[in-house]
Amino acid sequence: MVEYIVFLTINVGLYSIFALGLNLQWGICGLINFGLVAFMLLGSYATVLLSVNGVPIILAVTIGAFLAGLLGLLIGFSTLKLREDYLSIVTIGVAETLRLLVQNQQKLTRGTFGVQSFPLPFASWEPNFFFKLVLIAVLTFLAIWTTSQIVQNMQKRFRNKPSSSSKQLLFFGLVAILSIMLTLLIYVNGIFAISNYDYKAGLMVLELIVLFVIYWGLEFLINSPWGRVLKAIREDEEVSKALGKNVFFYKLQAFLLGGAIAGIAGSFFAWQLTTIYPSNFDSLLTFNAWIIVVLGGAGSSAGTVLGAIIFWLYDSLTRFLPMSGFLNESQVAALRIMLIGLILICLMMLRPQGILGKKDELTLNK
Amino acid sequence: MNEQSLLIAKGLSKSFGGVKAVSNAQIEVKSNSITGLIGPNGAGKTTLFNLLSSFIQPDRGEVIFQGNRIDNLRPYQIARAGCVRTFQVAKVLSRLSVLDNMLLAVQNQIGENFTQVWFKSNKIKQQERENIKLARAILEDIGLGAKVNDYAGVLSGGQRKLLEMGRALMTKPKLILLDEPAAGVNPTLINQICTHINNWNRQGISFLIIEHNMDVIMSICDHVWVMAEGTNLANGKPSEIQNNKNVLDAYLGN
Repeated sequence: MVEYIVFLTINVGLYSIFALGLNLQWGICGLINFGLVAFMLLGSYATVLLSVNGVPIILAVTIGAFLAGLLGLLIGFSTLKLREDYLSIVTIGVAETLRLLVQNQQKLTRGTFGVQSFPLPFASWEPNFFFKLVLIAVLTFLAIWTTSQIVQNMQKRFRNKPSSSSKQLLFFGLVAILSIMLTLLIYVNGIFAISNYDYKAGLMVLELIVLFVIYWGLEFLINSPWGRVLKAIREDEEVSKALGKNVFFYKLQAFLLGGAIAGIAGSFFAWQLTTIYPSNFDSLLTFNAWIIVVLGGAGSSAGTVLGAIIFWLYDSLTRFLPMSGFLNESQVAALRIMLIGLILICLMMLRPQGILGKKDELTLNK
Repeated sequence: MNEQSLLIAKGLSKSFGGVKAVSNAQIEVKSNSITGLIGPNGAGKTTLFNLLSSFIQPDRGEVIFQGNRIDNLRPYQIARAGCVRTFQVAKVLSRLSVLDNMLLAVQNQIGENFTQVWFKSNKIKQQERENIKLARAILEDIGLGAKVNDYAGVLSGGQRKLLEMGRALMTKPKLILLDEPAAGVNPTLINQICTHINNWNRQGISFLIIEHNMDVIMSICDHVWVMAEGTNLANGKPSEIQNNKNVLDAYLGN
């Protein structure tokens, strides 16, 4: 059980990082990217192939993120001047092209055989009692920080909207309590995992640290004047141009940064799976990120992380769906995906702004 | 054309397919003036605005602002040079607060630079404080003081016009191109807008105004240009224009 929750935590973390990249591009800057998985693929393969060939892991990850950013720059230069629907089509095309390229470049990527037994971070590390304490301390810090963020977030909602209905407050209160309980669960489980240290526990702590840094950095950026320009571009490009903003340049920055973040998620994706195949990187991953961002509330970093948690909660809870006489295994698998669609439809009807989105924003006319 | 000209456009032409929206049009805005641009619907006034602000590239002709050609610049470069435009249908950034709409317009913000935003937090905070002070003063001035923290999307049509003008002011411009500032605005608010334009003009900002409301044009403009069917029909003082036979024909039909 401990191992399973660690596995889930790592998945939540890497999907959070992945979706945070999308949230920057789409939720903040309004760029529709249906090819996000391309950035992840590049980050993954670059990290893995470089580290197999003896490049230190930390350098390999940096190069992977850099390459993913470069891909963003390339796509951006060629398409960001087009209208947004063209951009979305091109990004799908790039993602599929890149996947097929990786599949067929046998020499470089080993094609459909995939890449196995590549170096993993902390793989052979056996921490002594002192280092275990350090890991626990890090985990404690992250748990306290997360809880304080949740509390602050809720306080803001309660304070800003004295007029909001008690139903809404109840909803947010419930979300807050559940979030804190989940944080606690991950924390306690993490402590067990560290005391019985294996590779995945180290990976989990490393990933949570990276998630923390990316989350914090993005929040800082989004709330800075730089983020204000991005949001303005999302609202209306013409106005931003008329007010002296170099719209193309800012879009390029958002695309590059979001891509690099997705690339970092790619490294963790590879380390989590420990073997990667081109078929791991199909478009479904992109749309999972979209589900997460829409579920949590576009434009909200906290919502994105919450969306990732809910996505994996759903995934793990329905994994053990009882197989009755009517349904065989593959039918149950299909049913789970259908249910996600149904849940999304219901959510869009009840809370079109996402769980942590702001309802007022939807009622505004352009 | 004398040296007091702030903006001069000569021989501007633009066709969309077979339609000549603007052909061989010229216009001049003198320093510290309020210049009007009138003409019947479809005369090419807004297209001319788009050409002046580079939102559309002209087929022929040149635009000179403060002695430099600007027709080859990008829209954002023209705004930075001090020539800022508004839109016929007021455009506000709905999901940003009224204050953020204003703050966005400030030029040369250190915090808008990705590499500097990380390292110069004190300077950025100071800039923000100054800009917020200025924005609040302008919002107070145009009667949006109570709306500072509201989403811009909740503003009414007239308030959006005002916000757009306030936002243009935040760029510290030399020249503001106003596209129908009085359209869809109630008479009391129109008077307020005129008063504000006059006040800002006294502070050294020039205006080029497209407007269908003749009272506005006649009361605040120093000079009026008339366009019809994509080209210049007449120009002169408001009193001259009022009695120009060609202009009356164009408006009323003969």
